[in-house]
Amino acid sequence: MNWTELAISFFVLLGGLFMLIGSIGLARLPDFYMRLHAPTKATTLGVGSLLIASMLFFSIKNSMFSIHEVLITIFLFITAPVSAHMMAKAALHVDTQTLERTQGSEAHQAATARKSTPSEADLANKQEGSES
Amino acid sequence: MDPNPRFRLFPMPVQSGLLFVVWLLMNNTLAVGHIFLAALLALAIPIAVSSLQHPQPTVHKPLLALRYFLLVLMDIVIANIQVAILILGPLKKMQPGFIAVPLDIKQNLPITLLASTVSLTPGTVSCDVSEDQCWLYIHALNLVDEQELINSIKNRYEAPLKEIFGC
Repeated sequence: MNWTELAISFFVLLGGLFMLIGSIGLARLPDFYMRLHAPTKATTLGVGSLLIASMLFFSIKNSMFSIHEVLITIFLFITAPVSAHMMAKAALHVDTQTLERTQGSEAHQAATARKSTPSEADLANKQEGSES
Repeated sequence: MDPNPRFRLFPMPVQSGLLFVVWLLMNNTLAVGHIFLAALLALAIPIAVSSLQHPQPTVHKPLLALRYFLLVLMDIVIANIQVAILILGPLKKMQPGFIAVPLDIKQNLPITLLASTVSLTPGTVSCDVSEDQCWLYIHALNLVDEQELINSIKNRYEAPLKEIFGC
């Protein structure tokens, strides 16, 4: 057992752990918007760690730098937020139920309508109120 | 007529270079045949699609962009650990919420980058952008202090993006 094997196992285990946590989050969190958080975050680091392990393993095995895993990471970092954004947008569009204690209902309504947030009008009113 | 003939042959120089590198990385080789093929693709595809592109703001400060990239990379690691703790912890204590962040940047590319960064970093997912592109709506997994979160997004991510694109 040398240090490279240790490092590779460490990254594989870490990656697996984060993927597991992401999946647990997907199953455990109570509403749609909260569930979105788990796959966008926990999984990026999970896959990232697995790819680091893969890079180390194949670089040593073939005694040649193996860096095409970087591409997977980049594609993942580009696609994960975009798909999360599209799902959130679709959820807003069909008015998915949120958890009752979700805060910021004005922002939620404004986001559903895609219009400028009502707080802008509120702010203007407040300013007028304070001036008068 | 385009006054600069170099740009007729290479309408998208950055994308050409990227395509070349990505092709070689995907094949994980430096064989002559693949270098030739990559060069051919990097030349032909941008010429074919160049008429489809929209004018985008250019990167004014590449060094700052690199620093921003490293900052986001570090924040992704921190975000993962924070979200992992939240997921495994008691769910009843979580206070999810929507917030609206006023945007100072107006172009599509910086807003896209900001929204993606927000999705990848601690406890926030960007949901939508208002039609006039003045507000970014964000869902936060655990909203403790709304104003503080808005400020941190604006100072930590929006300000450097604004400087990078010089807008």
